[in-house]
Amino acid sequence: MAVVATRALTKRFAGGENAVDGVDIESRDGEFLVLLGPSGSGKTTVLRMIAGLEEPTSGEVWIGGRIVNRLTPRERGIAMVFQSYALYPHLSVYDNIAFPLKAQGVPRGEHEAKVGWAAEKFGIVRLLGRKPRELSGGERQRVALARALVRQPQVFLLDEPLSNLDAKLRASAREELQKFQKEIGTTAVYVTHDQVEAMALGDRVVIMDHGRVRQVGTPAEVYDDPADTFVATFLGSPAMNLLERDGVVLGFRPEHVRAGAGAEGAARFRVRCDLTEYLGSEQLAYGTLQDGGWEGREIVWRFPSWEAAPPEGSVREVFVERGRLRWFDAASGLRRAAP
Amino acid sequence: MKRWLGPALVAPAFAYIALLVGLPVVLSLYLSVSDARVGSDTTSFVGLANFSAAVRTPSFRAALAHSFLFTVVSQALVIVGATLLALSLKEAFRGRGLVRFLVLLPWVAPISLGAIGWKWLLDSLYSVVNWVLVAAGVVSAANPPMWLGEPRLAMLSVVLVHTWRTLPFATVILLAGLTSIPRDIPEAAAVDGSGFWRTHLSITLPMIRPIALVALLFGVVFTFTDMTAVYILTRGGPADATQVLPSLAFFTGILGGDLSAGAAISLFLFPLLLLGAVVLLRIAHRSEVT
Amino acid sequence: MRRTKVALRVVVAGFALALSFPFYWMALTSFKRTSDLYDLKNNPLVFNEPPTLEHWRFLFAETLYPRWLANTLLVGVAVVAITLVLSVPAAYGLARLTGRWGERAGIAMFLMYLVPPTLLFIPMSRVVAVLQLQDSLWSLILVYPTFTVPFATWLLMGFFKSIPKDLEEAAMIDGLSRFAAFAKVVVPVSFSGLVTVSIFAFTLVLQEFVYALTFLSSVSKQTVGVGVPIFLIRGDVFYWGELMAACLVACVPVAIVYNLFLDRLIQGFTVGAVK
Repeated sequence: MAVVATRALTKRFAGGENAVDGVDIESRDGEFLVLLGPSGSGKTTVLRMIAGLEEPTSGEVWIGGRIVNRLTPRERGIAMVFQSYALYPHLSVYDNIAFPLKAQGVPRGEHEAKVGWAAEKFGIVRLLGRKPRELSGGERQRVALARALVRQPQVFLLDEPLSNLDAKLRASAREELQKFQKEIGTTAVYVTHDQVEAMALGDRVVIMDHGRVRQVGTPAEVYDDPADTFVATFLGSPAMNLLERDGVVLGFRPEHVRAGAGAEGAARFRVRCDLTEYLGSEQLAYGTLQDGGWEGREIVWRFPSWEAAPPEGSVREVFVERGRLRWFDAASGLRRAAP
Repeated sequence: MKRWLGPALVAPAFAYIALLVGLPVVLSLYLSVSDARVGSDTTSFVGLANFSAAVRTPSFRAALAHSFLFTVVSQALVIVGATLLALSLKEAFRGRGLVRFLVLLPWVAPISLGAIGWKWLLDSLYSVVNWVLVAAGVVSAANPPMWLGEPRLAMLSVVLVHTWRTLPFATVILLAGLTSIPRDIPEAAAVDGSGFWRTHLSITLPMIRPIALVALLFGVVFTFTDMTAVYILTRGGPADATQVLPSLAFFTGILGGDLSAGAAISLFLFPLLLLGAVVLLRIAHRSEVT
Repeated sequence: MRRTKVALRVVVAGFALALSFPFYWMALTSFKRTSDLYDLKNNPLVFNEPPTLEHWRFLFAETLYPRWLANTLLVGVAVVAITLVLSVPAAYGLARLTGRWGERAGIAMFLMYLVPPTLLFIPMSRVVAVLQLQDSLWSLILVYPTFTVPFATWLLMGFFKSIPKDLEEAAMIDGLSRFAAFAKVVVPVSFSGLVTVSIFAFTLVLQEFVYALTFLSSVSKQTVGVGVPIFLIRGDVFYWGELMAACLVACVPVAIVYNLFLDRLIQGFTVGAVK
């Protein structure tokens, strides 16, 4: 039984197009589901409709097996972590975490035990007396998580909680988040625009663009088998190479370009190298294709940092294995079989 | 930036204020310990005679009591009313601009004109308030309330006019504070399970406490030091029933010509102002720390 | 949730009604015939006889009201000018001055606003007498800046602080002197702030009562705030029709302008308060 689901969920704001357009999502029990997309894709709006902070124009939201459209946020059994953490600045950490218990009428006597338990899970027991303004970004995140945990909700909703942290902190915070979710086992729906986060954290990823779901799948599925050109170019940095000709688009990822002639069925190119970049962990090369009807098209490929970079202007033979080629229809962008 | 530029820019304004405020304050102190009268050029030192004379006058004691009564009651009403109104105005709705215009009118209107409007509203013969009350059967036509003629009612009227006048200002200040709260805090409270009242009482209102204190401070100072409403509505009557310190100072010092006594009376306003200044400084200091 | 929303709407409507009713009443009174006004048998909330412009005509043609309006305007403009001349440099200096005493000076300036006329008016009347300015509008022009300048300085401080220093610094790197940078960069950017401050300073002048009552005596020298409640009577009788018309003229246009600029005022206020 899905813990969270939406059916044909649509949201239109005044005088505009649909911000969310017929979105169907079904989460699995205990999974970490990521909603990934660029800004304006509607992912945050979907999350807010699941939370009950926005009213859908049409469609249904299901939580724990029942329709919750008519229920207020407090009645839905959810907990939410906001991008800014939304900690109550005038309350201590203890009172912040205890607030949901107070609001839900949990008897006073039980507060201390529950708060202690939640605080312990995140290692913030020693911070209980402090005020939010005295905490670092990482500590605030943990308080927000503890506040969400303390009610033992059916599902956690997280709205880009890592985006306010600086880059260095983000990786370790991400790791903590992941460990925590695995340990607690509660279903989580997580919104982000950062594909690295999505790939690292998600059990499954829902890719959204312009209010529509483009693809749902495990990180491996959406990366290796993109459903359309949007997904193909959104994931992976640098993006998948796309070459269009005669209504058909040929795609292959930069890491699958190899020097040489390749086996039967591989796509072969002669490419002139225009520019290389040394990134430390690897190198990138940008080049222009010279033949095969692809004259003038540009591609990117990766190669290890210990290899010598091809000199600028030199022409190479490269190939991409048949199994790594992806074909798309030029008009619709959708995936199709090889021609 | 040149070292002298800052002080040079600031000097004219401060000099003006120092001269035209500082000097009168000093003069006021001087007057209060002398026996100056309008029209006489000679004054002599009388020590604290003016103050002790004032304290012994029943008019003064009444005025002192009334000043506190009017201020405390009207501002308590204002705090409650303005909070309610600000909470109601927080979310946008159609016609909110018009409502805001209407709500602000008492504050924008010069207080003397608002007061004269109320004088007409509460007129002994033609009061529309009385007409409505009589029509509703609440009071008898033969004996309608004399809003400005009967001592207790006159006090109530003055309190009401002060409340009416200062409520809009407090509302605007509180509203500004409420709208400066980031949206996700009340949303987090909603998700956490708190309803309308708990969210506001436990979260948003405590968050705007500094700004609310500023609004309260303004209201208290304006009301305590105001003589206009009393002067226009009742001239302090009937028989000193609505006299307050500032109006008493005016009647004694300006109309009565006894400058020293008047100065002494108005100096009793000073302690409250000092208190207000201290509270304000504390708030300013506290908000710097965050 | 729905119920609270409805309740709030009712609250708002109630307050709006209660707060604005006196002005509706003013308007009604000013258009009613005298015979309608003073007939106790009539329902005062409606027009029992057709409305009239008589009170308005009388007010403008046969009283000194237009003169008072002119007086108020004169004082207002003069005071606003003086205020700007004093506060704009002061506010700029305070806004750009870092360091403790800059902050303290700003707060001190603000505290000056809290010093009430009812504390100062008695010694002030002496000062005015000594300067031979009694019964002259110049007494007001001299004294009013004592409250408009603190208010304006504090508000302008807020506005100037909200302009990033980078703008002036870029201009100075480009070769402008600090003064030129101020005139060519800061002033245009904060123009709406300056307008706002001028408007609110003017309303402060308009609302003042105590000093005008104390210093002015002849009927022709009155400002609107004092002339209307005190001098718009014949003998002992208040002429309510004219009185209410006079009030409306002084209140409504100001209210309209005030509302237009209120958001900017709040901006300046909160920047100043929250630092």
